[in-house]
Amino acid sequence: MLSAIVFLPIVSAAIIAIFLNKAKHIKVFSAAITFVAFILSVIVWASYDLGAGGFQLIEKTSWIPQINVQYFLGVDGLSVPLVTLTTLLGFCAVLVSWHIELRPKEYFAWLLVLETSVLGVFTALDFFLFFLFWEIELVPMFMLISNWGSAPPLGRREYSAMKFVIYTIVGSAAMLAGILALYFTAGTFDMTELGQATLVAKLIPLPAIFFLLFFGYAVKLPVFPLHTWLPDAHTDAPTAVSVMLAGVLLKMGGYGMIRICVTILPDVARQWAPWLAAIAVVNIIYGAVVTMKQVDLKRLIAYSSVSHMGYVLLGISALSPIGLTGASLQMFTHGTITGLLFALVGLVYDKTHTRQIPELGGLAHRMPRIAVIFVIAGLASLGLPSMSGFVAELLVFLGTFPVWRVAAIVGALGVVLTAGYILWMIQRVFFGPPVARWERVGDAIAIETVPLVCLVVAIMVIGIYPAIITDVIKSGLGPILLRLG
Amino acid sequence: MNLNLLAPELSLGVTAVAVILLDLFLGRKWPLVLVSIVGLAVAAAFSAAMWGGEATNAFHNMLVVDSFSLFFKLLLLGIAALVILASVDYVSRFTERQGEYYALILLSTGGMMLLASARELITIFISVELTGIPLYVLAGFLKDPKSSEASLKYLLVGAISSAVSLYGMAMVFGLTGTTFLDEIREAIPTGRAFDNPALLLGIVFMIAGFGFKIAAFPFGLVVPDVYEGSPTTVAAFLSVAKKAAGLAVILRVFNVALGAPLGISLDWAAMFAVLSAISMTFGNLVAIAQTNIKRMLGYSSIAQAGYLMVGLATVTALGRDAVIFFMASYALTNVAAFIAITAISHRIDSDLISDYTGMARRAPLLALALAFCLISLTGIPVTAGFVSKVYIFNAAVQNRLFWLVIVGVINSVISAYYYLRVVKVMYLGEPASAERLPSSWPLRIALFIPTVGVLIVGLLPSPLIQAAQTAAGVFSP
Repeated sequence: MLSAIVFLPIVSAAIIAIFLNKAKHIKVFSAAITFVAFILSVIVWASYDLGAGGFQLIEKTSWIPQINVQYFLGVDGLSVPLVTLTTLLGFCAVLVSWHIELRPKEYFAWLLVLETSVLGVFTALDFFLFFLFWEIELVPMFMLISNWGSAPPLGRREYSAMKFVIYTIVGSAAMLAGILALYFTAGTFDMTELGQATLVAKLIPLPAIFFLLFFGYAVKLPVFPLHTWLPDAHTDAPTAVSVMLAGVLLKMGGYGMIRICVTILPDVARQWAPWLAAIAVVNIIYGAVVTMKQVDLKRLIAYSSVSHMGYVLLGISALSPIGLTGASLQMFTHGTITGLLFALVGLVYDKTHTRQIPELGGLAHRMPRIAVIFVIAGLASLGLPSMSGFVAELLVFLGTFPVWRVAAIVGALGVVLTAGYILWMIQRVFFGPPVARWERVGDAIAIETVPLVCLVVAIMVIGIYPAIITDVIKSGLGPILLRLG
Repeated sequence: MNLNLLAPELSLGVTAVAVILLDLFLGRKWPLVLVSIVGLAVAAAFSAAMWGGEATNAFHNMLVVDSFSLFFKLLLLGIAALVILASVDYVSRFTERQGEYYALILLSTGGMMLLASARELITIFISVELTGIPLYVLAGFLKDPKSSEASLKYLLVGAISSAVSLYGMAMVFGLTGTTFLDEIREAIPTGRAFDNPALLLGIVFMIAGFGFKIAAFPFGLVVPDVYEGSPTTVAAFLSVAKKAAGLAVILRVFNVALGAPLGISLDWAAMFAVLSAISMTFGNLVAIAQTNIKRMLGYSSIAQAGYLMVGLATVTALGRDAVIFFMASYALTNVAAFIAITAISHRIDSDLISDYTGMARRAPLLALALAFCLISLTGIPVTAGFVSKVYIFNAAVQNRLFWLVIVGVINSVISAYYYLRVVKVMYLGEPASAERLPSSWPLRIALFIPTVGVLIVGLLPSPLIQAAQTAAGVFSP
């Protein structure tokens, strides 16, 4: 089942590349495939046995026996929501790309390969396989950003694509060194075994391994000061790619931190947790402050991602049940919320052909649908109760406050700053008197509204009844928390 | 005199002579290709038939036919076949000398195969010369100023490196009184390198001489110039076959004559480790500045030699497996990359990377193959390059060479920039002209086979790893 979900997109990409030629066919096929993947992942979610816990739907065969590498897929409470998030955003990304004119064949093929890669990361339980899937996302991202991104003078797509690749590869290089060091220390690539073993350092000190691996995830999350690739990559990427990037790729970092750094090396994590909390706070506050001064709408949302991922790191640094649950939930909710925000920004750009906030204004008069959903998304982002952002941030702060009091208090300031930039941005862009220039812009049409509505539903359902997801997350975190003791 | 052990090399020699003779009589040249390929196939069949048997000595123990030599023979024959197929288009411009071109490739391959089998220093030297001399001629085959310059440079540096390695061999002979590798091992003075200056000199000279063949820094500095000037198919052959042969001789000499558990093995391992770090860094950094794609691949060749030497620096069985596997995957990847470049550069008559702009529009499959191979060279999945890098770095970590792994991964990052730059250039931007690039079907076959091979090895590396382990098993009794 899991192999089917993971490989369905890439097989479809091959089919598109070889057989399909008309844009219409390609788009409909992609939408169908991503929808099927989404349904399958919902089935996986529904069939996940909360009582049993642990890793389920396991598929395990020996792959490269000479170096103890297995083809090992499995999901637990931590990865099930992330898999579903990926398929959901994959579907939304395809719908958001409906108007792509330039070389749609390659575009959708790369988008599907990207989806496979991220699904593979979330389901892989063999470190070699995990790393393999982690690296696969490089080429699709590079091609997508450099070919379909914002060309000069609007953006610098070649520069951003190369920057993204170089940063990610640097992180992966550190991660590879860490993985090999771990293999040398523990003798296995099996993440389930590593998650239960007590490691004794051989030649390479355990904190070194921890930080090599952490570095790789820190580039992805991203953690200050390794975040500088994010504004460029997010801003210059095409809309759907920004949705995927902000929605799921960043979560690979957080997932890696929890699944690997905290689970395999809990003592080192505990020892360095105060530093993690400190950096998380820097992420939150610095991210928020820089966001406030942005005049490009897309760049503003991009920087807000830096700030919001700080909450994830803050929750992780607490190393407590509530904190980790909050971090995991924040990963899911941020995915939906920021995915929605990027989709909306893309729509605004499509209609008005500008992303500069000073030029926009009074758009609510002309595009009420987009305006309403944008306001919902904005309120979700700043953590308004009844929406999922609130639950996630609440759990993060509840979890962190007992452990790192100061960090939690300063971090909570970030919520205020978020409210500041979100509301100010919405007011400048959508409200206020109508601007003559936007007299004739259209609103979102049906096909454009579908992904928006899907994401809004996701946000509100979790916001109103978070137990749907927190129960699953808690069952997944159970063994990890036992390790932390 | 067990001539049937030498059947592969002999059949190559016969084929080479046949090709030259046929060239005199035939007007149409395609039978030459056919004869060459048939000759290679026959040699491969002989080699494959001997696979799995016991190690047998031939010619008074000067040559040995074991899994190690058979692995390299098959690899070299495969490379030669691919290069010959890819050359069909390219060579048609030499109306008078086509037979010689094929014959020289066959002869050089024969020399390399002997090199893989050699158990004795003088045989090694003879095989090195037999390998090198046809290559010096092939490098200058275009007869234009650049090609002649490449050939001359290659000849001079090649001759110097052969002389230097011979001097090293003479030192070792002087110390031990024998040229047979296994007897050298018995007779070598024990102790470390600095206890024995003559031995140290001998080893250093041999590393220098053989290092040229695998394009290590600084011995291989002439390589980018040679690749730039020589015909692209010859550059393909050089980059892969010469490296494989060089690796075979290094593994054979250093593991049989000077191998563990002799104390001296730690010294040459350290030398290789340092050379590896420098080669990787130098090759990758200078490649960034290149505008000519063949020069870029030349510097990349130096860098990849660095990765190769990481495995040599480990002195263990795991390292040897990793090195042989890395060589095989590098062979597949690089020969495919060069064949793609042959096709493209031949038609647009330029080797500049900037002239590759928009090539994906004009030659989609060629561009895809080239992009895929460049991605493999960077070490991104699902390619053979990824598996081989992880495998070789793993060998290094297992042998406590963690610093070398750090250098290696940093270098992989640096290399990503210039490899992906070519991919970017091909897919972005508009081409100078929109006409499609034709390519002959032999070239397409020659491109298809290694590219698919790279993908398959990336997905299912076990069979090749198994073969590499069998080949390396020769050194661990």
